[in-house]
Amino acid sequence: MLLISCPNCGSRDETEFHYGGQAHVAYPENPNELNDREWAEFLFYRDNTKGAFAERWLHSTGCRQWFNMLRDTVTYEIQAIYPMGAPRPDAAGRTTPDTGTASTAADSTTTGSAAPSTSATSISSTTAPEGATK
Amino acid sequence: MADLLPEHPEFLWHNPDPKPSYDAVIVGGGGHGLATAYFLAKNHGMTNIAVLEKGWLAGGNMARNTTIIRSNYLWDESAAIYEHALKLWEVLPEELEYDFLFSQRGVMNLAHTLGDVRESMRRVGANKLNGVDAEWLDPKQVKELCPILNINDNIRYPVMGATYQPRAGIAKHDHVAWAFARKCDELGVDIIQNCEVTGFVKDGNRVVGVQTNRGTINTEKVGLCAAGHSSVLAEMAGFRLPIQSHPLQALVSELHEPVHPTVVMSNHVHVYVSQAHKGELVMGAGVDSYNGYGQRGSFHVIEHQMAAAVELFPIFARAHVLRTWGGIVDTTLDASPIVGTTPVDNMFVNCGWGTGGFKGTPAAGLTFAHTIATGTPHELNKPFALERFETGALIDEHGAAAVAH
Repeated sequence: MLLISCPNCGSRDETEFHYGGQAHVAYPENPNELNDREWAEFLFYRDNTKGAFAERWLHSTGCRQWFNMLRDTVTYEIQAIYPMGAPRPDAAGRTTPDTGTASTAADSTTTGSAAPSTSATSISSTTAPEGATK
Repeated sequence: MADLLPEHPEFLWHNPDPKPSYDAVIVGGGGHGLATAYFLAKNHGMTNIAVLEKGWLAGGNMARNTTIIRSNYLWDESAAIYEHALKLWEVLPEELEYDFLFSQRGVMNLAHTLGDVRESMRRVGANKLNGVDAEWLDPKQVKELCPILNINDNIRYPVMGATYQPRAGIAKHDHVAWAFARKCDELGVDIIQNCEVTGFVKDGNRVVGVQTNRGTINTEKVGLCAAGHSSVLAEMAGFRLPIQSHPLQALVSELHEPVHPTVVMSNHVHVYVSQAHKGELVMGAGVDSYNGYGQRGSFHVIEHQMAAAVELFPIFARAHVLRTWGGIVDTTLDASPIVGTTPVDNMFVNCGWGTGGFKGTPAAGLTFAHTIATGTPHELNKPFALERFETGALIDEHGAAAVAH
């Protein structure tokens, strides 16, 4: 079982959380202009990365807030936990800019004032050991 | 002492080195890859072909599934391909000259709520219209067929009935792979183990070769049969698949006397149980929620399915877990497979079978071989094209396929 450090509640068992799939998938900015291929990409196509993967989780039986996680899909090691709307903090320190303003805005609203105080850059070093699988 | 050791039995297949070139290369030496190679050789006369396996033969999901075979799917397209698979299962032991213990002991899908009952009866009707054997059982009939099931109303989700497919059952998965492998070998197919694909050689948009840890192999056609790693291969080839790879776990108990005469699946409390020929109780349930390539999952998933099993089968309370494991399943958003062409010329893909690939093995092989050999899909896999995610012609078996995914 994963031990997940909720930014608001601390370390809790995976059973308290709900998985939300790939992070940083923005709602199309101009939905009326999308063709079928582009809609298919948005609706059905998600990255299926083998390795470091940015994904969303919801602490559904705790604070009920969404947050992002960078997790290795082979070792299941949790490398970073960071707020919705924040750019992806890569394990190597490389950041991927969050594309799509619509998605960022929605994320910020969902997280609200309960957004974690820890910054994206410092969190990878503080939470990594706790994120290991049991 | 050495003289007293028996002779090693005859090997079922050779271990050739890769040739410089083949007419077709199948990536993935599991059930689907081997079945595809078999039907390419047998039905289409393509014998200058190779199956590349990065590990050992049938060591992925083919070694990790719970061996259930059934065809009681709701939608016409699914019923057609899975029923064809079941018909092939019925003749394959003779055709492959290998008794892999296909046991048509029936599969029961339990209903625990009024919603379940309605869905089940609808599915029985749909199955009958599609020529799939199916019947509705009331709780008393359920108990007659499987006496160890608890049909009392003192449990959280009492059994309100079940659908039953008498021709469904189980088979010995390893032996199925070995049966296909031996026939492939006899027909001249090269089965190359410990050969990992690291890239593809393309001429424009056409694939012309496969790069491996054992050198580059030229080929006219490539068929991808890599289940959980399909996305990784597609990325190497330069296209995307609407696949998410998840861990799927299963477990077995120690050996017991035969107590369980059929296969019982419960969507609602979520466990499926059979008893292997040797005597282990074999159980599985749903995938772990997160994406994963680790061939292992979280223990609470195992705990949950055992709790469900003990509620349905009180006799199992004193059985022990002998072993748990995980595989990597390639799930699609409509819980149906993808078998067909890809955006890369001469490259074909068979994936997305998710949690139910074993039962589909013969039909996957038959239709995928047809697709590779002729360049166009077989009638049975035409609806399962990659394009359906653009056209919207999904085959939504989520919740409809008699089991949650």
